[in-house]
Formats: sequence, C-alpha cells, structure tokens
Amino acid sequence: MLQEQELKTFVEGTTNYFEVAAQQPASIGSPYLTETPPAVHDYTGIISISGKREGVVYFTAPKAMLTVLLMKMQENDFSHETMRDLVGEVANTISGNARRDFGRDFVISVPSVLSGERPEIPQKPGSRSFVIPINWRSHSAKLIVSLT
Amino acid sequence: MNQKKFLKLMIVDDSNIMRRRIERSNQFDELELVGTAGNGIEALEMFRKMDPDVVTMDLTMPQMDGIECISKLVELKPAIRILVISALADKATAVEAMEKGANGFLNKPFTDRQLNEAIAELMR
Repeated sequence: MLQEQELKTFVEGTTNYFEVAAQQPASIGSPYLTETPPAVHDYTGIISISGKREGVVYFTAPKAMLTVLLMKMQENDFSHETMRDLVGEVANTISGNARRDFGRDFVISVPSVLSGERPEIPQKPGSRSFVIPINWRSHSAKLIVSLT
Repeated sequence: MNQKKFLKLMIVDDSNIMRRRIERSNQFDELELVGTAGNGIEALEMFRKMDPDVVTMDLTMPQMDGIECISKLVELKPAIRILVISALADKATAVEAMEKGANGFLNKPFTDRQLNEAIAELMR
C-alpha cells in the first residue's frame, strides 16, 4: 500500500511534467483512494511496476487535452499513433522520475497503451488505487497509482 | 578558409515524439542528424550504416535497452559521445550508464535550454 510520502512523489512528478514539458503548470486535485477500477479517458498509458514494489501506474487523458499538449510541445502530428505515443511517454516519465525516491529496484516496464471505450486495465484483485486528479487548462486527466 | 567540422548525430528513443523533439531542439549547426532508432537493435543497425559521432540514448526501450546498447556502441567506437536522455531519475542508473561509457545524462522532462547545454557539454 502506498504511503503518504510515496504518493507525494507521484504528485510532484506530475506537477514537474506539466511545468517542464508543457511549460504550463497543472493544478493537482486531492488524491483519493478507490477499490473499484477508475473510469478512464480516451487514451491510457500504462507502466507495469516490478522489483521491490509491484503494480501499475497509468496516465489517462482525453484526446482534446493531448492535442493541446502536443501543440504546446511544438508537435504538428496529431494522429492516433501520436496520441498513443504521448500518453505512454507521460506515464513513462512520471514513473521513471519516481525512481529518484524509490531507487533503482522500482523497475518500470516500457509503456503499453489502451484506447477506445472501456479498456481493461490490468489490476490485481483486491488491490486499491490512488487517483491523482490533474486539471490542465480546461481539461481533466488522471494519474492512477496501484502498488503493493 | 576555415571549414566547419560536422559531427554525425543519431537519436535513439522509442518515442517518435521524443525523437522529433530532440531533432527540433538541437541548435548546433555542426550536428547533422544521420539517423534515428526506436530501440537498441535498430540503433546498432543504424550505427553500422551511418557511423555517427554523437548519440542521444533513451534507456527504457523494448528489445534492447539503452544500457546494453551503450556498451556495444562504445565497444564498436570508443570515441563515440553518448548523451543519455531518460526518465529514470535514480543516481545508480546514471552512474551505471556513465560506467558503461556514456558521457552525459539528462533527465526527462527537459527544456530546450537544458538539452542544448547538455549537448554543448558533450561536444566540449
């Protein structure tokens, strides 16, 4: 189960991502705990965690938000493949940055990406997830951290 | 006449967005992009074709990761200059990459300025 300080690592990682990559800070809502799989948006980038911790970290966002994020990054390709690439990269960056606090035994996978309606997010039965709400410009996204 | 010396650049990252970002942000006229690769295996193939002098290298990639690829590139060309650009932010990983032969380490996310400073340091 995630401790408060560990949760802070992911909140700070998310804040840092938007500040640096999008050059515009995001506002982070109060994280909350859920026992049911949270609803996801159009695109979801998933990182599997192994080593001293096990579970998943995923970033899920609507297409409209990803489009603006790509514009802020000077991208001019807004294809489905680029949206998939972006959610994977955001999930990878936030998870990889968490190793600053968790150390190298916090092993992260390459991203896998889900899109479309009602995707199946891999989750251990009985595991609980922390949802970190992200508000950026007029858009909302989520970072979900489910670790044992 | 003072002729400018061009250095050949290869960008290795499994994200197309990151590859384009690095290419766009590079402000050095003397660095000429000769190839990109999405994993370590592709990077070695590209290396054999294009013989780059400077490489930016992601670490978390499918098929062959960046650490293994750095070792192989340094074996093939000891003078190669490698800048690791990775989200992995723990010190142990940076130390390992440098021990394998990388010359610099930049964490994602990064600004254009941070990238160009890291490349400048690499080419010094």
